[in-house]
Amino acid sequence: MLEIRGLSKSFGGVKATDDVTLDFADGSLTAVIGPNGAGKSTFFNLITGALKPDRGKILLNGLDMAGRSPPDIVRHGIGRAFQVASIFPSLTVHQTMLAAVGADQRRASVIHRRFPLAETRDRAEHTMELLGLAGKRRRSAATLSHGDQKLLDIALALVLDPKVLLLDEPTAGMGTEERWRMIDKVRELWEREKITVVFIEHDMDIVFKIAPEIVVLCYGRILATGTPDAIRRNDAVIEAYLGTDHHAEAPV
Amino acid sequence: MTELQAERAGAEVQRVEASRSRYFDLLIALVAFAVLALLPVLFNSKALLDFVIRCSAFGLFATSLNLLVGYTGLTSFGHGMFFGLGAYGFGLTMQRTGVPVPVAFVATLLITTVIATAIGAICVRLKEIYFAFVTLAFQMLIHSTILSWASLTGGDQGLRGGIPRPAFLGIDLSNHVHLYVVSCALLVIGLLLMRQIAQSPFGYTLRMIRDNATRASFIGIDVWRAKLTIFVLAALFASTGGIIMALFVSGAYPEFAYWTISGEGIFINMLGGVTTFLGPMVGTVLLLILNDTVTRLTEYYGIVLGIVILFFAIGLRKGLMDFVVEWYAQRHHDAERG
Repeated sequence: MLEIRGLSKSFGGVKATDDVTLDFADGSLTAVIGPNGAGKSTFFNLITGALKPDRGKILLNGLDMAGRSPPDIVRHGIGRAFQVASIFPSLTVHQTMLAAVGADQRRASVIHRRFPLAETRDRAEHTMELLGLAGKRRRSAATLSHGDQKLLDIALALVLDPKVLLLDEPTAGMGTEERWRMIDKVRELWEREKITVVFIEHDMDIVFKIAPEIVVLCYGRILATGTPDAIRRNDAVIEAYLGTDHHAEAPV
Repeated sequence: MTELQAERAGAEVQRVEASRSRYFDLLIALVAFAVLALLPVLFNSKALLDFVIRCSAFGLFATSLNLLVGYTGLTSFGHGMFFGLGAYGFGLTMQRTGVPVPVAFVATLLITTVIATAIGAICVRLKEIYFAFVTLAFQMLIHSTILSWASLTGGDQGLRGGIPRPAFLGIDLSNHVHLYVVSCALLVIGLLLMRQIAQSPFGYTLRMIRDNATRASFIGIDVWRAKLTIFVLAALFASTGGIIMALFVSGAYPEFAYWTISGEGIFINMLGGVTTFLGPMVGTVLLLILNDTVTRLTEYYGIVLGIVILFFAIGLRKGLMDFVVEWYAQRHHDAERG
């Protein structure tokens, strides 16, 4: 279980995350939404160690992750994918997966053996199959399509066998059809892998269709949390973010 | 075949392929060493042997620099300090303690490890241009120390009086052919070890750091530790290059630790290319040939070198080996397409 307690972060006078307290149950799928500048990515950066919080706790199964380094947090089971696909351009898909599994198995510093290590093969293979990248294993990451690069980014997080997977706008920069394909894949992964998935998303149709739980952030604070229905009916959310398009009476 | 059997077979194939590539490298190294060892028998040329000894010293130095520049994305402007450190460390140990050559060799590598760890711990925290300039600053610090600590280093005159080279295990390094064979052996062993580093899981960790250090840390890699490790390892090979040079000239001079040595290392890498393992070795041979021929023909060596740099930097936009490999891959690709 991931518990956020009183998490705060300021940049100068701007409170990017302001006393956020949240629980993400094991195996839950939660969407984080909010207007631009609401502090969604900062929230992810704090959880994953890219930023150190000013105050607050990030408890993963009771263990405080606040202020730890990204490698340490990753090793405890919080993986993430980025808004802009964050990959290794010169490596092939297969090499990327094998190297990531090696890193997870604490074998990134092995010098006396040759790459790839045989024991990294199965997990790399499994993840490539899961994300539909097995057929592109020999392609260098730089030559993949935007959608496949996003999938590879997710695969990089997933191959580490995380307990919690944070996806920062998995559909960013995609066309309508590709967005739905990607989000179906995210849902499929969540159902199959039984991990806690938290994702940031701007497309409200997608959010309301697939997320059982929604968190709305605004100016770094939690504006509302709840089911899609509850969020649709929440006046504060309608006023601050949704407008009337996604109101309860509006067709979804 | 069951799924489990298929997986085991796949893992076995991968293991066999990995060890095959290692044995292939070993075979090439043995053939290269045999060819080099035969040169004194085939050609009675002291100049040729001198050339190969210098190639060994600078080849180790330049290839180790490529572990930083090409494989890790750390452009060091101060790598030459470890070349100088190797030459002075070895020379001083031999002059002052009179220990056998192998002991002095190990002692020099130990000294290099300590100093490289201290300098690296500071430098590898920095990024790009800051890393480049702080390494340069440390190089200038070491160079200044060599100049000013004249009672130990001989100051601007360098280590005078020659370096004692007592025979060990039947090897007499004051004998030119012996020195030549030992230099070649150190080169081949050094290249083999660096090749192993480059092709190991750690080598791929370095590639990931070069491509995207932030992402590497988000898959659990301790980027600082990996950078420090390769910084120290590269320093050890550069130091070995310096030891060969000290043995060759039987002394050590402040120029060995001057920034121009680092500049030559960068130039060698530009010349030979950084995307192939042997690029810096090819660059070393090219630079030394250029050096030897151009200085014989004209006093305007710098102008010729400048033109060559411009040709590679602006004309080819890559090193010679990078160009050859790309050209070959393109040809192969075209042939496959019919």
